[in-house]
Amino acid sequence: MTDMTKSLSLHLGLIALLLSLNWLLPSYHHGNLARIMVLAIYAIGYNVAFGYTGLLSLGHAMFFAAGMYGMALTVRHLGWSPAPALIAGILSGFVLSVIVGLLALRTSGVAFMIVTLMFAQSVFLIILYFTEYTRGDEGFVIQQAQRVMGGIDLSEAHNRYLAALLGFGVCLMLTWFLVGHPFGKTLIAIRENEERARMLGYNVYLHKLGAVVISGTISATAGALYGLLFGYAGATFATVQYSIFPLLWVLLGGAGTLLGPFVGTLFMFYLIDFTSEITTAYMLVAGVALVLLTLFAPQGFMGELRKRALGWLP
Amino acid sequence: MTNDKVFSKSRRNALKTLGLGAAATTLPLWARYAQAGTAEPIKVGFQAHKTGIGAAYGRWYERTTMAAAKKINDEGGINGRALEIVIEDDGTDPKRGAEVVEKFATRHNVDVGFGTLFSHVVIGSAPRAGELKLPYFVVSEGHHVASGMLNRHTLQPCITDVKSQVAAMAPFVANNLGKKVTMIFPDFAFGHDHRDFFSAAIEAQGGEVVAKIAIPPTESSFTKYFPKIPRNTDVIYHVMVGPAVLTFVKEMGEFFGPSRPEIFGFIDSLEAVDINSPGLEFLEGTYFWEGHPRYAQANQTEYDKAYRAGVGVDNTGASISDSKDIATYAHMFGCWETLHTIKAGMEAAGYQSTADRSKLIEAVEAMTDMPEGFAHPQGAKLFNGKTHQVFGHQYITKVSGGRLNLAHTTSIEDTFYPDEVDYTKQSF
Repeated sequence: MTDMTKSLSLHLGLIALLLSLNWLLPSYHHGNLARIMVLAIYAIGYNVAFGYTGLLSLGHAMFFAAGMYGMALTVRHLGWSPAPALIAGILSGFVLSVIVGLLALRTSGVAFMIVTLMFAQSVFLIILYFTEYTRGDEGFVIQQAQRVMGGIDLSEAHNRYLAALLGFGVCLMLTWFLVGHPFGKTLIAIRENEERARMLGYNVYLHKLGAVVISGTISATAGALYGLLFGYAGATFATVQYSIFPLLWVLLGGAGTLLGPFVGTLFMFYLIDFTSEITTAYMLVAGVALVLLTLFAPQGFMGELRKRALGWLP
Repeated sequence: MTNDKVFSKSRRNALKTLGLGAAATTLPLWARYAQAGTAEPIKVGFQAHKTGIGAAYGRWYERTTMAAAKKINDEGGINGRALEIVIEDDGTDPKRGAEVVEKFATRHNVDVGFGTLFSHVVIGSAPRAGELKLPYFVVSEGHHVASGMLNRHTLQPCITDVKSQVAAMAPFVANNLGKKVTMIFPDFAFGHDHRDFFSAAIEAQGGEVVAKIAIPPTESSFTKYFPKIPRNTDVIYHVMVGPAVLTFVKEMGEFFGPSRPEIFGFIDSLEAVDINSPGLEFLEGTYFWEGHPRYAQANQTEYDKAYRAGVGVDNTGASISDSKDIATYAHMFGCWETLHTIKAGMEAAGYQSTADRSKLIEAVEAMTDMPEGFAHPQGAKLFNGKTHQVFGHQYITKVSGGRLNLAHTTSIEDTFYPDEVDYTKQSF
């Protein structure tokens, strides 16, 4: 069995496992996993920029929010049905990521982090500024009747789970295809040694721009799906902490691994869910977990697995 | 999560080992619980702002809730069953709030969800409560319930909403402080609600808003905004929130000096803050809306006395055990009263299990008058079952000698506005 076959089997196997869990999980974990899959899409998007291209963004919440509001505002104010609204959300993220990419990629390193942070803060303030339309910090509900797509009620538990799985599966396999494609391999080359990639004749700027656009668009897909499946859009999702979350998920799960974002999101979700029952300092626990992981498994769960046992993991 | 059974299994076991005398004192309570069809407690999921921006409120909401639960259990529980409060921290975050509601419904299998304050958490959580058919009793004062934005499973039966609070202030402001008002408010949804609702209400009283000064939420200094206040202003209406309020008051004092217009504000910004804190001297002689007067007043009722004693608050609104720990007194009564309303609703519905959740909602929808009493120490109320929103008295206090003294009590009728929704037409 070739490495590619093994890899394909593993990723399709995960999707099949998640599909079977739709009928096996108790309702509590069933609901959690639907949410985790949507958030994992966000982490997958972040991983394309950070894990595979080495672009450490502190502003990805703007893409998530662009998708969420692109979807939700068209539903609320234009009366769009979920399918075109979802596309509007994804397109919003695409357009924003092109604009941000064109400007922010004029910087690198720490400056890139600061510029993305500032752009994200601007998006957050724009949401507040147009409170008349966005309901600002309070946000607004996307009613159950507005979440029926082609006769399928996305607020129903199984439909929600399957929709989340569909989104997750598509994004996972898209990135699987991406990292095996010469474009993806060039991104990895840029991450490893940008100057060498440039010297070899690759257009580093365009590749980075492509990475930011793919990353932002996938993140926006997560935002649009989140609003659609859980019925709420609010400015909180554009705050700094929602830019930090995908970084943590990806670091925990393994930056530059395809399954890392899912594993990290799953781990962090249950870590917070469990520790918040014990202490109000649950984010401290999450922080300690991250420090320990950095010390003893700096490449994250899947990164360590790849290093120690499964060298073929993409 | 904390399970806080006032009558936990371990305590019952301990009681069994006590002597006959001690057992006799608790026997009537046992007897009442023994009459219930099931020994299982009624579980109320308390969505608490233990962390995040709402933590100061959350701490006092929790204390009030636990005190009310103790009282209810001491009096025999609900339908002969003990009341158990299941607490989950929502981090004052709408995403986590929705997760907590799911956890209540699908893991803890609580009978109802309860206690949320911050509007964005309510709005983020309510859709999931509706989808999971979980009765969701909020203590938020947001207009989101009565606006029709939410669903039939979400109710606000014991704290008035911002629209009625603001509207009820207009007659007092116009008749006692002046008719030309400058509004200073945070430039986000909460501030915009005040701007829109008060502007309409003061115009109905023959007054006018001469300037609307929106402060960006990231602002930390306010001196550049004060020159925008028109010279003909009779009253400044302020509703700043967050830690910057102390700077706001101090800088406003420095700007006006001894000669200032009348000033009226909402206590929200100074909940859990000592009115005698350094920098707040300028508030002397100004007026505040309070949902429930922080300082015990000359006309204090026996209900307020019992409520303060139950929660552990002294006559200045501070914790009995720590005079520097100031309560969020203007809002937290809502937890006490809502828990009593859940009890009343369950008893009216003959509530036995989660299968009776719809009956509970219908029973609460059927409620109208809520007379002042030990269950409603803040005052009498009138519940509107169609809009799922309660209406009640509002209190205006004046800062005088470092105290907040009652200056005016509105009528319930002052808080009315036309219905915007009829939730009873929605199916379960």
